[in-house]
Amino acid sequence: MLNYTIRRLLFAIPTLLAISFIIFIVLDLSPGDPTGNLPLTIPPEVREQIRLSLGLGEPFPIRYLKWCQQFFINEPLNMIEQWTGWTIGSGERLRVLSWSTRSPVVDLVVERMPQTLWVVGMSQIVAVIIAVPIGVISAYKQYSIFDQIGTFISMIGFSVPTFFTGLILIVIFSVQLGWLPSVYDTTHRVTDWNSFWVQVRQMAMPTMVLALATTAQISRFMRASMLDNLNQDYVRTARAKGLRERSVVMIHVLRNSMIPVVTVIALGIPGVFGGAIITEQIFKVNGLGQLLILGIQGADIPLVQTLTFIFAVLIVMFNLIADVLYGILDPRIRYD
Amino acid sequence: MTEGALPAGQPVTGIVEAQSRSLWGDVWVQFRGHKGAMVGCFIFFAIVFLVLFGPMIHTVDPTYLDYRAKNSGWSLTHPLGTDNYGRDIFAQVLQGGRTSLAVGITAMLLALIVGTIVGVFAGFFRWLDGPLMRLTDLFLALPLLPLLLVVVMLFRDTLRAAFGPETGIFILIVGVIGVTSWMQTARIVRGDVLALKEREFVLAARSIGTPSRRIITRHILPNILSPIMVSATLGIANAIITESAVSFLGLGFPPDFPTWGRLVSDNQNFIGLNPQWAIIPAVAISLTVLSVNFIGDGLRDALDPRIRGR
Amino acid sequence: MTLAKMLTGAAVLSLTAGAAFAERASDGQLNILYWQAPSILNPYLSGGTKELEAASLVIEPLARYDETGTMVPYLVDEIPTLENGGISEDLTTITWKLSDGVVWSDGTPLTAEDVVFTWEYCTNPDGGCAQASNFTDVTNVEAVDASTVKITFGVAKPFPYGPFVGGQSPILQKAQFAECLGAKAVECTEQNFAPIGTGPFTVTEFKANDVALFAANENYRDPAKPAFATVLFKGGGDAAAAARSVLETGEFDYAWNLQVEPEVLSQMQAAGKGEIISAFGTSVERIMVNQTNPDSALGDERGTVKHPHPFLTDRRVSRALSLAIDREILVEAGYGAAGQVTCNVLPAPAVYASTNNDWCKTQDIAAANALLDEAGWEVGSDGVRTKDGMRLSLLYQTSTNSVRQGTQALIKQMWSEIGVETELRNIDGSVFFGGDQSSPDTFQKFFADVEMYTNNFDGTDPETYMANWACNEIPSPENQWLGDNMPRHCNPEYDALVAEFGKTSGIEARAAIAIKMNDMLMEAGVIIPLIHRGNPSAKSNTLGGVKMSDWDSELWNIADWYRID
Repeated sequence: MLNYTIRRLLFAIPTLLAISFIIFIVLDLSPGDPTGNLPLTIPPEVREQIRLSLGLGEPFPIRYLKWCQQFFINEPLNMIEQWTGWTIGSGERLRVLSWSTRSPVVDLVVERMPQTLWVVGMSQIVAVIIAVPIGVISAYKQYSIFDQIGTFISMIGFSVPTFFTGLILIVIFSVQLGWLPSVYDTTHRVTDWNSFWVQVRQMAMPTMVLALATTAQISRFMRASMLDNLNQDYVRTARAKGLRERSVVMIHVLRNSMIPVVTVIALGIPGVFGGAIITEQIFKVNGLGQLLILGIQGADIPLVQTLTFIFAVLIVMFNLIADVLYGILDPRIRYD
Repeated sequence: MTEGALPAGQPVTGIVEAQSRSLWGDVWVQFRGHKGAMVGCFIFFAIVFLVLFGPMIHTVDPTYLDYRAKNSGWSLTHPLGTDNYGRDIFAQVLQGGRTSLAVGITAMLLALIVGTIVGVFAGFFRWLDGPLMRLTDLFLALPLLPLLLVVVMLFRDTLRAAFGPETGIFILIVGVIGVTSWMQTARIVRGDVLALKEREFVLAARSIGTPSRRIITRHILPNILSPIMVSATLGIANAIITESAVSFLGLGFPPDFPTWGRLVSDNQNFIGLNPQWAIIPAVAISLTVLSVNFIGDGLRDALDPRIRGR
Repeated sequence: MTLAKMLTGAAVLSLTAGAAFAERASDGQLNILYWQAPSILNPYLSGGTKELEAASLVIEPLARYDETGTMVPYLVDEIPTLENGGISEDLTTITWKLSDGVVWSDGTPLTAEDVVFTWEYCTNPDGGCAQASNFTDVTNVEAVDASTVKITFGVAKPFPYGPFVGGQSPILQKAQFAECLGAKAVECTEQNFAPIGTGPFTVTEFKANDVALFAANENYRDPAKPAFATVLFKGGGDAAAAARSVLETGEFDYAWNLQVEPEVLSQMQAAGKGEIISAFGTSVERIMVNQTNPDSALGDERGTVKHPHPFLTDRRVSRALSLAIDREILVEAGYGAAGQVTCNVLPAPAVYASTNNDWCKTQDIAAANALLDEAGWEVGSDGVRTKDGMRLSLLYQTSTNSVRQGTQALIKQMWSEIGVETELRNIDGSVFFGGDQSSPDTFQKFFADVEMYTNNFDGTDPETYMANWACNEIPSPENQWLGDNMPRHCNPEYDALVAEFGKTSGIEARAAIAIKMNDMLMEAGVIIPLIHRGNPSAKSNTLGGVKMSDWDSELWNIADWYRID
């Protein structure tokens, strides 16, 4: 397994380079323009000047290589400098600069991490905590009232778009009842219990909206997978052996049913860092998802390229983690 | 296995009869006995029937703007009232259902087929695992919106010329949604296949020289049906919602072309004023997804020989 | 005067007096919501309205436009004119005299050098300055003495108030930006995120595309202002959500650019927490009528003047299209109080507005049908007119925006009543307005028969705006599709007027020419104006002193805003 992991990690480097190149091609081909959102009162010659100042006049391969240099060499060096206080070389290095904010993309990402982790991360945790028991019980008591209600709620959670559930929550809890704020305050600092409570209140709605959709998905896969396993021979054997029902279900069946769920969760975690575009918009959380969508709308290539690349790294990493977990969950799976 | 499902103690004549019964006949019997599945079927076909034949009975043009009668409530000519431009809500929901169902089901099938093929091949053949999974990683990493813009720019005019405006855009949207949403299915299927192919019955089949193609169709596929069914249910909902997002951005159907997802997003601002404008299409989407889910449940149960006959 | 009247009069007096004598920073926090958040606080590097308005809290121009479009001196004591000798007789120089005692928020004095530096900063060829057009024809800016600035133009400028007037060209501090000239401009993140200014507020925290926090400027020139101690400037969400947070939940005091269906806004307003205010500038929602053939069969020559449009060059057709539109309905359905019917592409300021095209104000289907009949278009069996085997069928494109899509649907139906078939297309704004050379969907390429969008001009002078429809502004492959003459209108007479406009001074004479140009465009039928658009914003009932202007930043007088208890 260790061998396999190392091989995969080495193989990940060319894969990621290829992915970054393909992303760059897509972004370059895509017809948006960084001056597209400017007022029409700005004349075309000035727009052309702006484009040139952004480096758009240079040919495609050069721009890609420049990005590679800035991202793979300058940014890490810069980080090392910041952590250790050393000065490497002249210290004059061009970082990856966003076109719309003219500030280093990496700083923007760091600035937006807290709110995204709070809201989207928490929603994943809540979703897993709720979804796994629901899935297990629904499968164990298939077609019981609990199962039917669970199915109904999770299907609604998945089939109603998040922009709509979010809106309904705002209308109920912010407009009608006035209990929760509809605007997330990113400048809020948690320093004591009081401010922690404020943070919980402003997180409540976006977290629940996201958790609802994710719960629906995970619990469905959990239920289906449990159902497959509950009728297997090894379950009968375990029961025949006189094991307690609880340990049969919770240890043997659950463990063998985790593979699809692990896949879904492993795909969901990079999504946490990708942010939740729509939910972030509705509640004005302004995390990584909002950063990405603004970048895309404004054709901010360095920003989108960097964000999607970080995203790609996480996807590759977590898929590797999932593969390793498969082997732990089911020792018969061997990759060598 | 078919024999195993035979009820014991049947008279001899019954065996002759039973031999003429096929696997699919058994499945059908089992499926029919599944209450949830029958309710699901009923709702699903009711919705399909309504959107197919509804516009023939309720003949109001969904795109006609009866501006003088805008924002009107329930009435005989407009059973669900009209929106802020005077379009008939009921006619829009019916017409929108046609598009949404067609897009949802086709795109879901496309994603499902691609995802299953990729997942099975990657899980089953070790030499394909690396390349196929890296391809999946790539697709997962690609930013959807710029990709859509590129695809639309490259193919819209070609498809319009080849198939006409409506079919062309339909193919484009279904293709785009299908191509960008198969990855989860592929990863889940692969995970299950990895575990399945080490199981005893697969080893047994392999040891008697069953070719890979046979092992896949006979032993692997039936056993990964549950996650595929779940993917199918989630896939329809996903396709319907993605279509509305794509169209809203101007990359899909023209703006005067109603679909369920679009009706929800267009009318969401009116939630405080006329909530039914957005809630009716949202309920329609939910009902469709729910019914497909129940049908999927029934099919899964019916296809599982271990619980057949219980 | 009755007693009651006297009492209310006294109450109003005491209220305004209370505001005037309020202490600085005594009214707590002001919450502003811009659903599109500012990405930078240096308007020279962005050019977007949101950045410009956020920056207007901090950095100021020499003079601003008030809500009526009149110039108000800000950092100077008086506006230079021909009469007071501030503008030279030959119209090539203008001299501004800075007020005494104006200091930057760091306490250092504002000098003429800062003004000169701002010009150098924006005109540096490697800087990519978004406001460069404000300095068109400026050949030199010099500091005559520490508080006098002389701007010299290469040509006679009848309207020399482009540089340093209005929110588009505020003054930057030389000491802060000295290292940021040219290509270095983009690397000065710290400066760009927190410019030092002379305005009522200073930046305390800035998170790009998310939130900005401002605090009252200790060194602001009026010791009693601003009334608010801090400003929270939040971004994110959409227009409807922004309106909701002011009008329904009351979490915010002011929200900007609320293009939301009028019914929804009035329902929100009914909650009684705030109101919608709007100001009218020069924005006109218009339909451009393509004079060239967009047929894709023409290959590289599509959309160029080599191939005139098969039927839209006939002014009877475009006049019929205009007559068939009921503009009142468009306003009512999509704009409400934030829109007015207009028949001019130049609807304001009032002196420039023509009254000669008012025939378009009322829908006249019969007249439109008659025009099309006269032009030889006959109604076919499917209700669509044809002529010489050609169907009267239009491809109608615009940017993605729910109000625009509503307008499109309404117009499609109105046109169907006169036998015109319409195919609708909407394109994402960043592509449509983006000008990407490789995309066929930009508004410059105009590969459609008609297209709809809004345009306006900065400030109050329409000279550059009206020059948009001269022959040399036609976008074509030769000029990389750069050009503002979307309908490809070309008329030597019009070009002559453009030249004359550039030489004429005196407001009446200029207005006469502008009106003539406007009427010429309307007669030629290359532009179908629809709606004079206002700029709707929402303000809380507890917020006082707001004087909304569309001629400058909406927040131009934020120093005078106060809290009503």
